Amino acid sequence: MNTAVLRTEFRLFGREPGAVFWVFLFPTLLLVILGSIPSFREADQSLGGLRPIDAYVPVAVLIALIMSGVQTLPQALTGHRERGILRRMRLTPVRPAALLSAQMVVQGTVALGSALLALVVGRLAFGVRLPKQSGGYLLALLLAAAAALALGSVVSALSRTTKIAGAIGSAVFFPMMFCAGVWIPVREMPHAMARVVQLTPFGAAARALDRAAAGQWPGWEHLGVLALWTALLTAGAARWFRWE
Amino acid sequence: MPTVIEVTDLRKSYGGRAVVDGVSLAVEEGEIFGILGPNGAGKTTTVECVEGLRVPDAGRVRVAGLDPVADHEKVARLLGAQLQQSELQPKLTVREALELYASFYPGPLDWAPLAERLGLTGKLATRFGRLSGGQRQRLFIALALIGNPRVVVLDELTTGLDPRARRDTWKLIEDVRDRGVTVLLVTHFMEEAQRLCDRIAVIDKGRVAALDTPAGLIRRSAGATVISFTPSEPLDDHDLVALPALASVERKDGRITLSGTDETVNAVITLLARNHVTAHQLRVVDATLDDAFLDLTKEEAA
Repeated sequence: MNTAVLRTEFRLFGREPGAVFWVFLFPTLLLVILGSIPSFREADQSLGGLRPIDAYVPVAVLIALIMSGVQTLPQALTGHRERGILRRMRLTPVRPAALLSAQMVVQGTVALGSALLALVVGRLAFGVRLPKQSGGYLLALLLAAAAALALGSVVSALSRTTKIAGAIGSAVFFPMMFCAGVWIPVREMPHAMARVVQLTPFGAAARALDRAAAGQWPGWEHLGVLALWTALLTAGAARWFRWE
Repeated sequence: MPTVIEVTDLRKSYGGRAVVDGVSLAVEEGEIFGILGPNGAGKTTTVECVEGLRVPDAGRVRVAGLDPVADHEKVARLLGAQLQQSELQPKLTVREALELYASFYPGPLDWAPLAERLGLTGKLATRFGRLSGGQRQRLFIALALIGNPRVVVLDELTTGLDPRARRDTWKLIEDVRDRGVTVLLVTHFMEEAQRLCDRIAVIDKGRVAALDTPAGLIRRSAGATVISFTPSEPLDDHDLVALPALASVERKDGRITLSGTDETVNAVITLLARNHVTAHQLRVVDATLDDAFLDLTKEEAA
């Protein structure tokens, strides 16, 4: 890791208003919009006495991870390769891998910052309790972020151009959002569907975060699914990624 | 002078086609060494092997005794390079790029005077994406030099620069050489090669067609001297063809253009005097590197 490269990539991320909006602000904005609907602030028996807004905080957190993982990260990585920036970097004593790892740190940090913003706004604006099992929550969150970054790296590895990366990213985006429970919370899904969804990275992450928010340990099976996806996707990205 | 860049029997093929087919050359410390050749001759592939961007299929490349692939990091510390095509992050400013790249090297140059020298001082706050082609080119020249390298590889140094910037850049490269830096220059501007290079390798079809000083290349090509005049009386073709060391004869609108050597010049003057012919607008000029280049790389006539 090269700190000058990292600083530069952070600064450049700040110059992309689109990325800042979708990764950092949009998840919390969505939470605020949903929280403004009165029925979302009333306890719901089908949610085990939770209010819909309580169930949507983990979803907002996952949207941040998905946005950065499948939308902004592949664009940045593929763009760096397409423009020959990685190639120019190879002529310096700093390896182009420094640029890739800096991108991942930047995207991961911003996504986690966005998750934190959603938690804080949920707490302050709508009285959503902070996760009771905070250690488990953090572990699930970090694993989910790692899976999102690994997924983004695979998308970038498979995309020769930023256009292709954009297309693959969008194709992956909606199924991932579904699995995270954006339309129906995972715990509300029909049993058979929930079982399949829980095997996807963001379905497992949604369940793990839910349980940690309620004060339980996130569950090794969900954490295990996340860790397995991260390992597989990382191996795929390492195998398929091309420097030029 | 010790050898700094050593290329021995380098070979590289793409899809079964030999792009570099046995290139050998040795660049000495402190010289400007030119690589000249037609498009697709294998120039860029050769220097990319020197830079460690490509792995040779066969042959040996050494930069200051190091293997550019195996010792990539060590070579990168002492070799600066400008690529034919590359970009930077579009929203990175010129100043940020200079500072960033300076931070990569153990003993970088001060970037401010370098930017001044390359006419970039007014553009320090401009983002890369908003620079013109010539400004980008000058920035990449700055980035090639910023690590205070022992060896600089420049691929199409002045492409896209206006005549003023081109001359300023040539002066800069000469100053860099005068500090003892070795320069490997890929070009297809003859004027640039003639002005800057101490020695030139002409590469054609993946091989070294000739390797000499610019003057040596001109001298060794057939038709190093060109004589042209309009005779007051028609001259007999037999007399012209019989001239010694003649390389070519051309007639156009009553004007005769001959190429050959000094010996040909003397013989022409004798011929004219003997026939009492006056030569109007007589011009005797040395061939340029251009002529030598065309002669060295011409297609074998079928």
